[in-house]
Amino acid sequence: MIQFLYGEQVIRLDDIAADTTVLEWLRLHARQTGTKEGCASGDCGACTVVVANLNTQKNTLEYTPVNSCIAFVGSLHGKQLISVEQLKYEQTLHPVQQAMVDCHGSQCGFCTPGFVMSMFAHFHADEPTRADPHQIDHALAGNLCRCTGYKPIKQAMKKALEFKSDQFDTTKADTIEKLKALQLSDAEHSRYLIPTSLVELFKAKKQNPDAPVVAGATDFALEVTQQLKSFKTLIHLGSIDGLKQIDTTGNVITLGSGVTMQQCLELLSPLVPAIKPMLLRFGSMQVRNQATVGGNIGNASPIGDLPPVLLALDAEVCLQSDGAARWIPLCDFYIDYKKTLLEDSEIISAVRFKQPETTNRFAVYKISKRLDDDISAVCLAISLDIKEDSVAMMRLAFGGMAATPKRALHAEQVAIGKTWNKAAVNDIQLALTQDFTPLSDARASAEYRMSIARNLIERFYLEGTMPTQQTQVVTHVDG
Amino acid sequence: MSMGDAQAHESAIAHVDGSACYVDDIAPREAQLYVAMGCASIANGKAKKISLDAVYKADGVVDVITENDLLAARDIGPAFPGDPLLSTSISFMGQVIFAVAATSHKLAQTAAKLAVIEYEEQTPLLSLDQAIDNEEYVRPPYRMQRGDAVNALQAAQHRLQGSVRIGGQEHFYLEGQAALAIPEEDDSVCVYSSNQNPTEAQHLVAAVLGVPMHKVTVETRRMGGGFGGKETQATQCCALAAVFAVRQQAAVSCRLSRRDDMITTGKRHGFRCDYDVGFDNEGRIVAIEYRLAGQCGHSPDLSDAIVDRAMFHCDNAYYFPHVTIDGLRCKTNTVSNTAFRGFGGPQGMVAMENVIDEIAFALKLDPLVVRKRNFYNTSDRNITPYHQTIEHFNIPDIVVSLEHSADYSGRRKLISEFNASSPILKKGIALTPVKFGISFTVKHLNQGGALLHIYNDGSVQINHGGTEMGQGLMTKIRQVVCNELAIDSTLVKVTATRTDKVPNTSPTAASSGTDINGMAALAAARKLKARLLAFLVNEHGVEERAVEFKHGSISVNVKGLDTLYSWAELIRAAYLARIPLSATGFYKTPDIHFDRDTAKGRPFYYYANGAAVTEVLIDTLTGETKVLRADLLHDVGNSINPAIDIGQIEGGYVQGLGWLTHEELKWNESGRLLTDSPATYKIPAISDMPGVFNVELYPHAPNEEDTVFNSKAVGEPPLMLAISAFAAIRDAIASIKNYRVFPNLNAPATPEEVLRVCTQLKETDQDGAS
Repeated sequence: MIQFLYGEQVIRLDDIAADTTVLEWLRLHARQTGTKEGCASGDCGACTVVVANLNTQKNTLEYTPVNSCIAFVGSLHGKQLISVEQLKYEQTLHPVQQAMVDCHGSQCGFCTPGFVMSMFAHFHADEPTRADPHQIDHALAGNLCRCTGYKPIKQAMKKALEFKSDQFDTTKADTIEKLKALQLSDAEHSRYLIPTSLVELFKAKKQNPDAPVVAGATDFALEVTQQLKSFKTLIHLGSIDGLKQIDTTGNVITLGSGVTMQQCLELLSPLVPAIKPMLLRFGSMQVRNQATVGGNIGNASPIGDLPPVLLALDAEVCLQSDGAARWIPLCDFYIDYKKTLLEDSEIISAVRFKQPETTNRFAVYKISKRLDDDISAVCLAISLDIKEDSVAMMRLAFGGMAATPKRALHAEQVAIGKTWNKAAVNDIQLALTQDFTPLSDARASAEYRMSIARNLIERFYLEGTMPTQQTQVVTHVDG
Repeated sequence: MSMGDAQAHESAIAHVDGSACYVDDIAPREAQLYVAMGCASIANGKAKKISLDAVYKADGVVDVITENDLLAARDIGPAFPGDPLLSTSISFMGQVIFAVAATSHKLAQTAAKLAVIEYEEQTPLLSLDQAIDNEEYVRPPYRMQRGDAVNALQAAQHRLQGSVRIGGQEHFYLEGQAALAIPEEDDSVCVYSSNQNPTEAQHLVAAVLGVPMHKVTVETRRMGGGFGGKETQATQCCALAAVFAVRQQAAVSCRLSRRDDMITTGKRHGFRCDYDVGFDNEGRIVAIEYRLAGQCGHSPDLSDAIVDRAMFHCDNAYYFPHVTIDGLRCKTNTVSNTAFRGFGGPQGMVAMENVIDEIAFALKLDPLVVRKRNFYNTSDRNITPYHQTIEHFNIPDIVVSLEHSADYSGRRKLISEFNASSPILKKGIALTPVKFGISFTVKHLNQGGALLHIYNDGSVQINHGGTEMGQGLMTKIRQVVCNELAIDSTLVKVTATRTDKVPNTSPTAASSGTDINGMAALAAARKLKARLLAFLVNEHGVEERAVEFKHGSISVNVKGLDTLYSWAELIRAAYLARIPLSATGFYKTPDIHFDRDTAKGRPFYYYANGAAVTEVLIDTLTGETKVLRADLLHDVGNSINPAIDIGQIEGGYVQGLGWLTHEELKWNESGRLLTDSPATYKIPAISDMPGVFNVELYPHAPNEEDTVFNSKAVGEPPLMLAISAFAAIRDAIASIKNYRVFPNLNAPATPEEVLRVCTQLKETDQDGAS
């Protein structure tokens, strides 16, 4: 039985299809129509709701905005779901709602409930996040508005942040107790399986060999909402604590596959600062809260943004089966378009890499049509070691240039031993044609992809030689 | 006083608490059905064999229809035929061949995928260039001219030819197309629709059902965005839902998924604009020939009027001594393009500003100098290409004010310094004006109606022909009524637009919503106020001037002593005295006419004006761009509601910015739309808002024409302020060659397009030869 809190009310779902989304449950089952469907693909944010997760270590609640159109209702087990209908306290609007009214933040109103929920989550962010005005853009980048041009919405967010607390803070202790009770309850559900350990997971896999294993499901859910497939049984990884660890002891960083991209952003940015600008543009806040490291690797999309970074870091991925685990270099993991070394009996459990030395130069560049919430035309991660002016090691890992995330091995070869100068850059640029024949698609033409792949290497070179020169239109370094 | 108040949107609280009801939020009726469409997967040809067995047998399916099930009208073309509701002859990929009704949205969608269709395929015509070459048109070409451009071009001191391509735009209203049809007695049907044009839907639904219009009611409370995309494109859902509702005698919902919406409904027209311009040493245009070719898609829809409006606006704010404009309505096997905020005007204006920049480059002048030299005036350079006389023209004043407030020349200097020291990133700046003609160019549409009720408790309902799509029309109308009756806004409810309350309405389009419906509401309010006044005069035996309507109360001065009524008391008294407390109001725009045969007249009642300065930063290695700052100064006449007007200006600018930068429509070689979801079609997000965004209303400028409160229309014009961003990107690229080579930038200026032009410039010799 799936059990969660909807506001303060306990919801028990015995008999709901495993592939029911949170949005469908809200609109069709609970008849709560404040939450809107704008795209059913996680791209517009009109369906944003907030899921309050219990952090048992800190004994607190974490308010995470998610796209309800691509979250399965089973993923709410043991959590609190908050939708726009619950924000008013008695008859008084929540500070974020009142600020939206006062600042004229709604026009047609259709995107508004989604914005209000993202704003509500940001209202509950920690103090440093609330205090940093750049964070407003990051908090709201996953919500599209076609009417206002965003200015009054941004103003409303600033205004709402003048208030410090709301009724949810008052009832927090009570909610925490209720959630603890729910989490202890039996999670068993005939079709949406929520194992809490690897042992249970592999048992479930064995009993349901055809059932997809999902984590954040931000990509998988599109098979349901866009391709209209149906899945009788789903196995959910989100309750296995062992997959959510981040280990940074020594100089090796190990990320559990269940670590979300938002956790990555928060915990990894201090360790590998060059990743931060890309991670800030990885999907949206809503997507980052659901999407996981393992999902982004295992999905094997040629345009995922984490794999090029991990390839440039020379990462290894851990493939776990019942009772056994093997570590594979990530560069061997990808075989062909959407094909990997992962066996049906396995899951991705972790990825690990060495933290770059201080002498290493590491950079990540993401080029897309739009700055926020867009898929890369090309993503490049570069790792460079120079010894005595010559290239000792160079890893060039690209997304968007081939059928899989891929290193430019020829170009890397060309680089080795060369004096790091303009001529070397030229040779590396030319060698890229041996590594890649990119495709033309909706995002970019093959020619453009090749041009920017080359030009980004030039950018990397120039950033080294003229460190004071601004080389990017938006840096996000301050964000 | 409620006029001029920055009141919140009348639905603001309902928007933020989630209680605002959109079509798909209406509680489902017992046994409600849901429609999904079966669409063609080829772009040109015939569906010669359609096997629907699997569709019928699918879970939850109740009914399936094809064109043979349409017993009356089959075409839902709004102005001209060409848009079959269901059809086996295919003219674009996405044409609806059949429709299925099932017990849930998902089951209907799933079932629709099970059809097996054999096609007889023909080569589709997909490119605008090819349509131009083949003279494939959905409507005949049309010409406007004044003077003798051919001879004047030959005599000109300078002459150049150029061309600019401008992409289309997906509306991407956040609420997709949706309709809910409820069967009623006597073969009637009521359709709840997200719709800018309820009367047109009523008319076409009646035609498809084969019943008179009085048996069809269409109601629109609000839309989750329209932008022109629900002016004609909403009809399809209405008609499909209505046909099933009548067949099944059940409530039927037809709501398009985002992908179906993007594939099957029309968009802004892409254009190719060619020009041949002659000018003097000062940069003054002496003659111009334009050929504006709009990509209309497979059918006429509103394209005749849209290409006309492009022609009406390819002068923007500039005077042409001699001019010829040819407008082509090109036919391609793509979705039929339709109204979109600006309605062709923006494309005409982009072409014009391209011409100005190209002249400036040729003469090594700052483009702003050339702009100013070409402005209309109201004395001798005051006749448009369609022979309307420019009577009031505040653009020179707007431009000078903005030039100073935004420090155009100071920043131009700083930008030059920046560019000299920055090898990779370049900055650009541009100031462009907007002069946009207000009125439907189809004369009969310039009429509005309203219905005002005062109930005997003093509460008031106002209904009118306009629809609410977020632009704040209902709020403004409420202000008009409150102002006239001198009562508080809490007393007045603006109700859903319904064809059985106000008949024969025009679409809420052409920025005319407030102009025509506000005046109609005012007329109704004046009628009722006059009745109340006459009642008091009669009751107290006083003259009219003894009665005063103040905020919420009415005083009658009887021999020096004031008798005071509250509004409720007055209404109660009037009711008991059997005074009729309901009235209609009507308005038609005066003084407009246009003879399409001679291309002469006064199509526009007035012009809405504005200007913008935009500064951008571009990356010459990747083509990425960022708007650093935008300063907007826009003329709305007397503002009825400054908060709403500023919202329209900011939102219009950002929407225009999206059109000209990130929003790119791409089709593959078989005619399939590749950018069919928000994953691939990128409208502006929050970081695309200009880093500094200063927006002001042009002060102290009541509309010289007798509009409601002497305000001006504001819906469409600000979109075109974003042309300054496109010109600024062009300016930044030009810095690569020290402004000696004109960058042939096409819209949208995506990173890919910007890099293409940067590369082209870098490979050009300094003197401009390739």
